[in-house]
Formats: sequence, C-alpha cells, structure tokens
Amino acid sequence: MAESSWFTDFPAMERSDLLTIRKTLDAGYREFSRTYGDLIESFFDPLLSFLVWFEKLLLASPWWAVILAITFLVYTASRSARLSVAVMIAFLLIGYFGMWDNTMRTLSIITVCTILSIALGIPIGIMMSRSDRVQSIVTPVLDIMQTMPAFVYLIPVVMLLGIGKVPGVIAVVIYAIPPVIRLTNLGIRLVDKEVLEAATAYGANAWQRLTGVQLPLSLPTIMAGINQTIMMALAMVVIASMIGVKGLGQPVLKSITNQYFTLGLFNGLAIVALAIMFDRVSQAYAKRTQRHLGGAQHD
Amino acid sequence: MTDPFIKIEGLYKIFGTDPESVLPQVLEGRSKDEILSETGHTLGLKDINLSIEKGRIFVIMGLSGCGKSTLIRHFNRLVEPTKGQITVDGVDVMHLNRKQLESFRRHKMSMVFQRFGLMPHHTVLENVAYGLWVQNVDKKTRTEKAKQWLKSVGLAGYEEQYPSQLSGGQQQRVGLARALCTDADILLMDEAFSALDPLIRSEMQDQLIELQEKLHKTIIFITHDLDEALRLGDRIAILKDGELIQEGAPAEILLHPASDYVEAFVRDVNRARALTVETVMKPPAFRITAETIGEALEQMRRLPVDYGYYVSDKGYQGVIVQETLEEAVKEDAADSVSEQVFEEVAAIAPESLLEEVLPETLDKDYPLPVVDSGGGLCGQLSRSSIADALCEPQGKEGEPQGKEAA
Repeated sequence: MAESSWFTDFPAMERSDLLTIRKTLDAGYREFSRTYGDLIESFFDPLLSFLVWFEKLLLASPWWAVILAITFLVYTASRSARLSVAVMIAFLLIGYFGMWDNTMRTLSIITVCTILSIALGIPIGIMMSRSDRVQSIVTPVLDIMQTMPAFVYLIPVVMLLGIGKVPGVIAVVIYAIPPVIRLTNLGIRLVDKEVLEAATAYGANAWQRLTGVQLPLSLPTIMAGINQTIMMALAMVVIASMIGVKGLGQPVLKSITNQYFTLGLFNGLAIVALAIMFDRVSQAYAKRTQRHLGGAQHD
Repeated sequence: MTDPFIKIEGLYKIFGTDPESVLPQVLEGRSKDEILSETGHTLGLKDINLSIEKGRIFVIMGLSGCGKSTLIRHFNRLVEPTKGQITVDGVDVMHLNRKQLESFRRHKMSMVFQRFGLMPHHTVLENVAYGLWVQNVDKKTRTEKAKQWLKSVGLAGYEEQYPSQLSGGQQQRVGLARALCTDADILLMDEAFSALDPLIRSEMQDQLIELQEKLHKTIIFITHDLDEALRLGDRIAILKDGELIQEGAPAEILLHPASDYVEAFVRDVNRARALTVETVMKPPAFRITAETIGEALEQMRRLPVDYGYYVSDKGYQGVIVQETLEEAVKEDAADSVSEQVFEEVAAIAPESLLEEVLPETLDKDYPLPVVDSGGGLCGQLSRSSIADALCEPQGKEGEPQGKEAA
C-alpha cells in the first residue's frame, strides 16, 4: 500500500514538518523584529523626518506658489513652453476636483523614492559595470525584486517597521530601483571602448574615466532607467497605500472596496497626469543635454 | 652606441583564461594553431625584440590579426604582456605601479586612434585639451595650448564644434592635435590614417611629415598599408601572426625581403614612388678630370663608353660626349675644357624618388649623374638600373619555372 502511493500522489513532506518549518521561520523573524525593530526604525528616522518635512512643505505652501514652482522647474528642465503650460493646467484641474492634498502627498513620496532610488541605484549600477562577478550576483537579486509579488515583501517590512511612510518608501524603492541599476550597468558597459581607451592612454585615473567619460556617455541610457524607475514608483503608489501611505492611492483603494467607480477614476487620472508629467519632463531634459551626440550631423 | 630610446625585449602575449600556464609551451616553440587547439589560448605576440631610436618614425606593419595593435598597446601598457621587458628612455615600464604608470602615460606618450577616440560630448577645443585636463592643468593654459595646436593642424575656427560635426579627416586632425598638446616625446599612432579615404590619407601623411620635420618626435606608427609604411617610416618592422619577420630601412625591405611573405607584400608596391635614387644608383665610373681638351680625349678613349662626367675642383660640371671632344680637338687640343665642350646636364639628387627622375633618365642616352648637396659626384643612374629595381619581383617570380624547365 505505502509503496504504491508515491506513484499516484506526489511524495510531499509531512504536514507537521511543513508546519514546523513555517513556525520556526516565522518565530525567528518575529524574534528578530522584536529585538532589532526599534534599532532599525531609528536608523530610518532621518528619512522619516525628511519625508514629513517635505510633505508638510508641499501641503503648507499656498497652492499657487506650488504650481508656480513646479511650472518653473518643468520649464528649466525641458525648455518647453507647451509642456509647462500643460503641467500648469493639469495641476489646476487636480486642485479643482478636490485632489490637491492627496496629490501633494503622492508627489512628495514619489520625489523622495526617486531620489533614493537614484542615489542607491547609480552606485550599484557602477559597481556592477566594473566587475562581472558583482553583475552575476546582483542580476538574480534584481530579477527577484522585479518578479516577487509586492505584497510578499510588504509582509516582512510591515512586521519590522509597522505601517506608515517609511515601510511604504522601502517597498516602493525595492520595486522601482531595478531599472536604474540595470540601465546604469548597461550604459557604462556600452561606452565606446576606443574613447575609454583614449582616456586611459592619456593617463586618466579611474575617477576621471568614470566622471569624464563613462557617466557622461552613458547618460542617455541612465536617464531611460531613471524614467522607468519613476514610472514604476508611481505604479506602486496604490499598493503602498495598503500599508498606510497616504496619497492618491488611498482613495483608489477605498473605491475598490466600496465600488466607487468615479472616485477611483478621478484619482487614477491624477496618477496618470503625474506620470506623464514626470516622463515628458525627464525625457525632454535628457534629450536637451544630449543634443550634440547625434543631432548635428556633418554632411 | 648609447642605449636605444625605446627597447622591447622578449615580449610575449598570450590571450586566454590562464596565459601563464601556456607560456612554457610557447617557449618550447609550438605553433599558434597547436596552442589554440590544445589549450584554447591565442598566441598574440611571440618573442618580439625591437630597438627604436629617438626622433624617428618607426612603422610596425602587418595584416589585420597579426598583433600590431596589440603590440602598440604594450608601449603604454594598455595591454599587459605575459612576459617581456619594455624600457622607454631608461624607465622600466613593466615595474611602474598604477600611479607611476598614469604619470608616465600623461607626460611621456600620447596616442592617436584608428577611429579617432574623440570624446563626443566635448567640443573640439576640450578634446584637444583633454590630456592637459587629465593632468589638472589650469583652464587658461589649457585653452591657450589647445588653440595653438588646433591652428597648427589647420583647424583654427573649429574650437566650439563637436566631433560629430566634423569630417573624418578633420576628426583625425583633432586626434593628432590632442596627441601633440601634451608635449609628450613619443607618439603612438594606431592605424591613425587607415579609416580615411585615400586623398585625405595622403594629405594627412604630408602633414605628419611636415610636423615631424619641426618637432622630431619619436613616432610609432601602425599600418597595414605598405605604401604608407614606406612613405613615412625611417625604419619598418613587419609582423606576421605575432612574430617579427623583418626589421629594417624601407629600401632594405623592398630590395632584400627576408621571406616569401614579405616578398609577396612588397610585390604590389609602387617601387618608383618608394625607392630613392640613392638605393639603386651605381658608383660613378667615368670621371673626366683633365684640364685640356686633348687630355680629356685621351681619358675618354681609355673608357669603354663614349661619355664621361666632367669633374673639376669645384665638383661636378657636366657631361662630355666623345663626339664633341673629337670635334674640339681638331680646333685646338691645348684649349681648356669649357662650357662649349661639355653639356650642362642637370644632376639628380640622391634622395629624390625614382618616380621624379624617371622621365629625365629615359630621355638621355647615357646614365644621369647623381650629385649630393655638396656638389660632389656620388653616383650614376642608368635606365637599366632603374629597370632592375622596378622589375625585381617579377624576375624572382620567374625563377622556379626556370628551374623546373632545367
């Protein structure tokens, strides 16, 4: 009897063994989070205070000042009057439909997440480009970060840090950082070998090669990575709202549970408006800084 | 003699995962193909020994894949050798640490690349000043020097352009200006003109020769084009499959190829443009030194030919033909030799190219006199010696057939 059963049923491990594994891991992690939770939380305190300060700044400033500031930034980056006017109109509409405060909260968290992703992602990407070994270690980690359902890594983050802004930022950064790392790595690896060799031949040291040749020449690729990172961060806003991140995601979550179609649509459209603004502005900026690379052709 | 400026001794380069382990087999003398099939390693360079003198253009020539680009990258250690010694101006390059090597590259050598290697995100001026930027020279000096070098390669006014706005020839001029801007003694030129079209290439060659006359740099020039090698090189080294086949002066390579490989290379060369009069002329046999016409005729009659070169205390004067002497003797044998009896045939210089003197040589019935810059007669150039020099490869080619027939 026992012999024939492995043939028809998968020889799975005993339920009790599986339970023990789960219990041990869960208990172990709970123990870890109880012991070190406070320590790790205090480590993120500066981040939290910056987040709170930035959000307050956006919320406390008069709406017209914020719109003027944003329009000014958009114009400086893109040098496009059309884009600047479009952004201004989008923000006026958002405010008119009563989504101003939530939009400001989302804007602040996205800005912080993007800055954090760039600040961490570019150095990691640089390290990857310098060593095949680092690349072979980091690449599978990035694959996991991009494919693991966001909810799964929300669990340990929430266990460790509770719900709130900081776990939200961590979750968003984990989800959004892979493109900037990957494309920094790729961009640097694709830099013309002869140009790099020329720099070496003239005695440039590693830092001069990085800042003078590798980063400037891979900038278009890195900008594409940053662009993707911003888009993914925005996509993550709704999921992050499940762990208490305030902003445009929360009304969307509320509309799902209560079947408020119009509320969901409006807030969704506001997220789309933010996404398009970030995308167009960062692309226009990238194109503007790279104009000499291919734009002017000799005939 | 003093030590050569640049010296390479016993240089080996093996490409692969573990070059050191393969080295013993290479030293045993196994062939490139054997090593590749047995160990998966590629033998890049094999026992290269070179001595390069200061202030000369040294050309390293070979077909693609022969290791010439690898070799030139050893001079500044862009490629690390598996084994060997490199000495530049008394400095043992192999024992420099990272900092010393950077400083060596900054001050001692500069490099020109086949596909220019210009920074596309910098203006032409910034590109030329790049070497100085690396050395942390202040901006004012940098700009000043860069402008001056741009001017001397004929690109004044292009300072604020980007490389992509320039033609290939102009881009390589920028590359050349960048190399000269650091005032390095040694110029490494890796197929510097190969990517340019023929007209621009020969223009650039002229410019390089012109600059070299002023600057006297030590130039290591890589090329796959023998015509270019012969035109530029003071010395030429020929590389095949990572081995040095022959090294010598251009004429030596042309006239005495060391192997069939070099001979095959040399066959298609336009010899008239590559060889100078000096290399093919014969010693002057028939001098007339007599004071009077009578004595001159005496001398002439002893010669196996009916012409002679009249040489006085002041050097070469002209050519005398026997017929004219016979006529003159009838009038007055004691008269001194003057312009009336000798023909003032323009002499040719020993360093001129065969191509330049070819028409004159074919025009005259007797060999042309070769006269050096001091006015002394140093040789004669006949139609047949030119023919020999120009036709040599074909003659040799015919040899095996002749043997077969015998």
